[in-house]
Amino acid sequence: MTTSVTRQQVLVLYLATSALDAKVIGWSRYDGTGRTNPAAGDSDEPPYETGVEALLDGWRLFQVSPLTPPYPGSEYETSFLKHEFLFEKLV
Amino acid sequence: MTDHPDVKHLLTSVQMAHFVSHGALRMDGVVPASLNERAIAVFDEGVPRAYAGATVDEAYPAGSFVRELIDLPAVAGAIHSLVGPAPLVDHHAVHIRQAHNGSAQPLHADAIIDTRDDAFDVQLMYYPQDVTLDMGGTLSVPGSHLRRINESDTGRYQNLRGQTRLVCPAGTVQFLHHGIWHGGRRNDSDITRYMFKIRFNPTVRQRLLWNTEDLRDPAVGEELRTRFPWYENASGRIEFVNRTRLWRALTGDPAFDLDYWTTRVDNRPQRVLPTV
Repeated sequence: MTTSVTRQQVLVLYLATSALDAKVIGWSRYDGTGRTNPAAGDSDEPPYETGVEALLDGWRLFQVSPLTPPYPGSEYETSFLKHEFLFEKLV
Repeated sequence: MTDHPDVKHLLTSVQMAHFVSHGALRMDGVVPASLNERAIAVFDEGVPRAYAGATVDEAYPAGSFVRELIDLPAVAGAIHSLVGPAPLVDHHAVHIRQAHNGSAQPLHADAIIDTRDDAFDVQLMYYPQDVTLDMGGTLSVPGSHLRRINESDTGRYQNLRGQTRLVCPAGTVQFLHHGIWHGGRRNDSDITRYMFKIRFNPTVRQRLLWNTEDLRDPAVGEELRTRFPWYENASGRIEFVNRTRLWRALTGDPAFDLDYWTTRVDNRPQRVLPTV
């Protein structure tokens, strides 16, 4: 593997509200460099307290989950986490 | 299994409320060492497969290891409290995670999306050995069981605040609601880890099957109001509605509510005042 190739590291943060400065409630990492091998259940402590903290640490936000109204008849049902923010670092 | 365990071995209302809010109930070290010491040899040999929907007598004849396990008074009492007498055996499995096994299961719920809100299956998970953090004990997410998702669609979620990474003494049994998000973690230790699970299906209406002497204990409401650190602010409130629905089904009390969350949005008065 050559070191001149730019590779992507991905950080997924799930926040308590749709605001980027809201508290982190869940997180996942994927590492295109192959240097780390993150997995389910590998940490109890989030890497950042809020989404903005990730920005301050140099992560670039590239996707935010849209706000969608509940399906009629399913207003009181819960499912996936709603506030997903995807960040990247190119290294 | 006896048709009705002694009431002293049944779960209490507070424990049932804990199960309703958490989707899990854990009993540390409830299996005696005499069984734990035999378990791994039994699991290495393999537990004979039972057909889906077998009775307990068919799946686990008297004298078998598994029958001894589920006939333990505390275990039998919990099974009865959760799914009632004569449950059916959906399936069982021995999960063996080899030492330094390099992968973790994606976070998932078993089977397929399950929309029942007035019935549930339980999964008994038995750990015959001490489980340390680096052995990769079961990951589970308390309070996730009432969310409607399908199997491993949750696989993108690696870690959630307040998740449970099981660390337990030998002989621990936990009961999980069928919908709970969970997965086997990566085993980074030198020890092969064993877990045996059985999924039970109820054959009776799951209503007041436990020791209900403490049904009006304020601690019941406190358990049902548990908030988890991974809940979003808004969806966390909807979880109270989910739990209210389930507690109503389990108790037969259609007026039960938690802090007015359901009553408020159900209030559609029909009384029409006469025109002046």
